[in-house]
Amino acid sequence: MTAQEIASVLEQEFAGKITAKNLDAIDPWVAVEPAALAEVAAFCRDDQRLRFDSLQCISGVDYLEPDPKKAKKAGFDPHLEVVYHLYSFKHRHKIVLKAMLPRWKNDAPGELPELPSVAAIWPTADWHEREVYDLSGVAFMGHPNFKRILCPEDWVGHPLRKDYEFPDEYHGIRGK
Amino acid sequence: MSTITLDDPTVVEFDVRTDEMLVNMGPQHPSTHGVLRLLLRTDGEVVHEVTPHIGYLHRCAEKIGENLAPYQWIPYTDRMDYLAGMNMNLGYALAVEKLCKMEIPERAQIIRVIIAELNRVASHLVGMGAYGLDLGTFSPFLYAFREREKILDLFEETCGARLTYSYLTIGGATHDLPEGWVDRCRDFLDYFEPKIEEYHTLLTRNAIFIKRTAAIGVLPAEMAIAYGCSGPVLRGSGVYHDLRRAEPYSMYDQFKFQVACPVDADGRPQWLEAPKEAVLGDCWHRFYVRMLEVIESCRIVRQGLERYPSSQGEHRSSAWKATMKLPRGEAYVETECPRGQMGFMVIGKDDPIPLRVRARSSSFSNLSVGGELCRGCLIADVPAIIGSLDVVMGEIDR
Repeated sequence: MTAQEIASVLEQEFAGKITAKNLDAIDPWVAVEPAALAEVAAFCRDDQRLRFDSLQCISGVDYLEPDPKKAKKAGFDPHLEVVYHLYSFKHRHKIVLKAMLPRWKNDAPGELPELPSVAAIWPTADWHEREVYDLSGVAFMGHPNFKRILCPEDWVGHPLRKDYEFPDEYHGIRGK
Repeated sequence: MSTITLDDPTVVEFDVRTDEMLVNMGPQHPSTHGVLRLLLRTDGEVVHEVTPHIGYLHRCAEKIGENLAPYQWIPYTDRMDYLAGMNMNLGYALAVEKLCKMEIPERAQIIRVIIAELNRVASHLVGMGAYGLDLGTFSPFLYAFREREKILDLFEETCGARLTYSYLTIGGATHDLPEGWVDRCRDFLDYFEPKIEEYHTLLTRNAIFIKRTAAIGVLPAEMAIAYGCSGPVLRGSGVYHDLRRAEPYSMYDQFKFQVACPVDADGRPQWLEAPKEAVLGDCWHRFYVRMLEVIESCRIVRQGLERYPSSQGEHRSSAWKATMKLPRGEAYVETECPRGQMGFMVIGKDDPIPLRVRARSSSFSNLSVGGELCRGCLIADVPAIIGSLDVVMGEIDR
């Protein structure tokens, strides 16, 4: 199926839960209402026409221009995207799902935005979601083993946030 | 006074009952291929659970990539899978070129294919030699490194480096191949190809090796796909999928080669030479995929050497400039690296520095299934299973 056909299947099935799409992008993508993500993901895997049996990658992207002078020209409002690259071994087609999140839940700095976990749908998401949480700061609800994976468990902050500040000190080791 | 005899099974059971024990393997254990720590929950010799702890080599390379122009980040990709630096360079270069819609000259593409396939041979030689080490045989490792040394000599001629090359870069390669390199590469292949049979004698058909790997760590195809496994780990389970064939990049569609897989494109078994103890998806199959890939890579290199002298264009696209702006948008590319499908995503912001780079590691996904594979195996099989996944920690931790 082409990206166009995949998107229209999703739009038919989940009217109102597809918030945006760009099928002319280099990798065509469809944005999904964050709360409906797990539901859409399960459909993508199980529907006979789609059969996305493989989740290739989950990436967290922080859209923020920390320099206030450049912020106006940046071309985006501050937000966080979680990007899912899906592939079907059966039909050999692919699509990109996106969930657009606020940078902080309820705009309260430090409160991580929430997204349903898809680890029960694709087991590979288990480690990938832990990595996105660890580095980009997204809370995956319903994850079976939700903790950091690459950084130590007592690390503070999420390094891939654009406004992340490297700690001055970690267990007596000077950071800066 | 009653005497206890060993004839009563309940007594024997009570006597040998062992408590659960936590065994820490690594981070400096030799069979963990770097700094991987495995926490084993064992009952006697039987492993109940394996929990990998990773992150010892974490440098947050993706964060560094957000602060450097793509050509400056190429050296950081070398340090991901440091046994296949060329393939890493190529993956990131392709992602950037996809975003910039850059055309690559034919000569550059031929160089890329030759170099990437030679690196695959070098990488699989380490994979094979180190796997022998994991299972307690030292000699294949020495032979493997003898051969690999010659490939590194060839690489040194092209770019001056023996491990972290940064040779394949945005737009092509940093230099053209030096004078006489094609002949020296052909000499190497003439020397190397007959040697492959020796490895089969040393390992593939070795009775002890088969005992240690056949029917151990069996990974069913559905589980391999669900866990995002790729490369030899996926093909060893009988999934006929190789990106060089499925979605050819860098002119791979113009090269003739077989996909190393226990089944053919129609799902029919094609490895009649497999030992009868081995089952689809076990450690032996994963190992044998790599052995066959070495032969196919040599074939591809030979075809590349044949085409190189008459190839058109330069070794690097003239469209590339150090100050080149990356347009807004995002591009994700996966390439078939020796350890599986390595993915790079680049997001541009109309500036030479990208907004975000993402590296999807194949070893990361391949290792994530390790815990499932080791459930219920013996402690001595853990190195055999983890070794058969052939992970490189530099790539997992990034």
